[in-house]
Amino acid sequence: MKALYFAWVRERVGVAEEEIFPPAEVATVHDLVAWLGERGEGYAAAFANSRSIRAAIDKTHAQPGSPVAGAREIAFFPPMTGG
Amino acid sequence: MTPAVRVQAEPFDAAAEEAALAAGRTDVGAVVAFTGYCRDENGALEALELEHYPGMAEEEIARVAHEALARWPLLGLTVIHRYGLIRPGEKIVLVICAARRRAEAFAAAEFLMDYLKTRAPFWKKERRAGGADGGWVAAKAEDDAAAQRWRE
Repeated sequence: MKALYFAWVRERVGVAEEEIFPPAEVATVHDLVAWLGERGEGYAAAFANSRSIRAAIDKTHAQPGSPVAGAREIAFFPPMTGG
Repeated sequence: MTPAVRVQAEPFDAAAEEAALAAGRTDVGAVVAFTGYCRDENGALEALELEHYPGMAEEEIARVAHEALARWPLLGLTVIHRYGLIRPGEKIVLVICAARRRAEAFAAAEFLMDYLKTRAPFWKKERRAGGADGGWVAAKAEDDAAAQRWRE
């Protein structure tokens, strides 16, 4: 699946998007956040506080418990500050 | 009624958008337009850099717009949100609601802004006067509370 990162998540990870291949036991958004957080220093900084991370699956807001199976695109970002 | 949703880097003309929404109609009794501006924070801010999630920004605003249409009998609805570098005094966001009566136009405009703040995928980064990086703007609890009250 394609992972996208925005705002300070993007800055800490160091790339705006990448292909990721999580193992089958990564079932939910919460699992994926934990898995990404172990990929290196930048990822750890980005995903350390999972409560400040929001996610969207295929451009629709997702919850920590949302399943990731079948997702083509999953985005991670801080709480939004538009408007 | 199909809401008009645009996400763009270019400035917009709020007066022209409002005129277009009501043009040629005789059923509209109330138009409420909200414009959000970039402010300079007493001279401390040089500009905002608005990052957005292309594709999702349009889709999410459209979802919020359709929720507004399901709640209030609007006759016209336009939402425009800019991204990119925006300086103090420039417009960032525009919401225009046309309805038969003012109550639904006011309520829908407020609902839309409350929801856009917490659901539309945009993030503001501050550029301080002198060019220094002011960091990402933190989401406000009061914005979450403002959105939450529409669910009660």
